[in-house]
Amino acid sequence: MFSAKQYLLAQSLEEAYVANQKRTATIVGGMCWLKMGKRQMQTLIDLSALGLDEIAVTKEGFSIGAMVSLRQLETHKELNQAFCNAFAKALSPIVGVQFRNCATVGGSVWGRFGFSDVITLLLALDAQVELYPSGVIALEDFIKMPYDNQILVRILIPHNSKPVAVQSHRNTATDFPVLVVAASVEQDGTLRMTVGARPQKAVAVPASLSLSDADLNNHLETALDKIPFEKNMRAGKEFRRHLASVLLKRAIAQLKEEQSHAN
Amino acid sequence: MQIELTLNGRPCKAEVTPDTRLLEFVRQQGCASVKCGCETSNCGLCTVWLDEKPVLSCSVLAVRANGHKVTTLEGLQAQAAEFGAFLADEGAEQCGYCSPGFIMNVLAMEKELKQPTEEEIQQYLAGNLCRCSGYQGQLRAIHRYLNRKQEENHE
Ligand SMILES: Cc1cc2nc3c(=O)[nH]c(=O)nc-3n(C[C@H](O)[C@H](O)[C@H](O)COP(=O)(O)OP(=O)(O)OC[C@H]3O[C@@H](n4cnc5c(N)ncnc54)[C@H](O)[C@@H]3O)c2cc1C
Ligand code: FES
Ligand code: FES
Repeated sequence: MFSAKQYLLAQSLEEAYVANQKRTATIVGGMCWLKMGKRQMQTLIDLSALGLDEIAVTKEGFSIGAMVSLRQLETHKELNQAFCNAFAKALSPIVGVQFRNCATVGGSVWGRFGFSDVITLLLALDAQVELYPSGVIALEDFIKMPYDNQILVRILIPHNSKPVAVQSHRNTATDFPVLVVAASVEQDGTLRMTVGARPQKAVAVPASLSLSDADLNNHLETALDKIPFEKNMRAGKEFRRHLASVLLKRAIAQLKEEQSHAN
Repeated sequence: MQIELTLNGRPCKAEVTPDTRLLEFVRQQGCASVKCGCETSNCGLCTVWLDEKPVLSCSVLAVRANGHKVTTLEGLQAQAAEFGAFLADEGAEQCGYCSPGFIMNVLAMEKELKQPTEEEIQQYLAGNLCRCSGYQGQLRAIHRYLNRKQEENHE
């Protein structure tokens, strides 16, 4: 557990940002990750008073405050209706209900964890990250950025709905995933596929493939060969490469089924 | 710093340091049912309700409870005893170490889910680890507990 001497319940983003410029200050999201460290900090900055614990349905899509819990995402009706129940499916394997009532989407995205189920799904939905003060940036670019002292304010999903499917594999329930994939379909039928827990950070599959491609499976294999996979204590590299193909084919089958229901 | 909250239905005012966790705070207030079973937010033993939602008290700052309602097993004696009897009947408790957190989460599930399926029950309780049992006794006890009204009507 970390230690801290002061607590600041920020009354504005500017106040939080100014306080966060000191090296000894830290923003607390859900604290689940932070508490595993032993850092000695001067000030804890809490964003709880800024109304960032809400999911708003906007004209463009969804706006999700940084302090929204993983459980809120998992159980939010409109969000799950819009995205084929993908948030419920992707987040429910993370530890347990009590944990997901604590962990926030802000902390999950800020962490840019390789194993993230959350980022793999958001990446397939073309999510954007609103930072204070620098503004909105694509999640794909954000996860490549070095850590700085900004505030993650919101996650934006620029779609009112989109067919999307997620698949993950765990060695044992509640453990970190061995591999996570997600796939969504653009309006013109192009697939946007992502692979996470490789075990490195999630990436998009580098190919423009269509759901109606007659030779989709072969094209998918060629594209997956371009993505680096590595081993860690949970699985080897070859197994991950194999899983990526199996799980993405399952996700694609799910999307085809969605499509046939919709027609 | 000073925090004010409702703990098990009673108003409570206390001094805490910024890095005090809700876990240590409720124990200082005499709620010894709440225990720390791991260092990684994985075991569920420390479960309490924060405004009716089950949370891991090991992963919540005490200051975050300021102005809120916190409930521990000490505040749910009657319900805990009722469900506890079902656990005992099914021989589900072995050493009993995991029970306080487990019971808090079962009671939270009962409030949140209406007629949950087996899968929903398992998913809701996945974050409560038990080192002794194979969870089968607990699942039998939960089914009987959730169906107790029907069982009573049959008798
Ligand atoms: C035991 C364990 C198992 C896990 N398993 C999984 C899993 O299977 N799948 C998965 O996807 N995730 C998993 N996670 C990660 C988890 O879901 C959260 O992503 C993680 O706990 C971080 O979220 P938090 O709200 O707890 O953030 P915190 O721990 O509070 O913060 C994490 C970091 O982000 C910073 N931060 C937080 N909010 C902001 C903000 N708004 N602006 C700027 N910086 C901010 C903090 O300063 C800190 O550096 C696991 C975590 C743990 C501890
Ligand atoms: S002590 Fe294990 S989850 Fe809190
Ligand atoms: S009965 Fe011993 S840990 Fe559950």
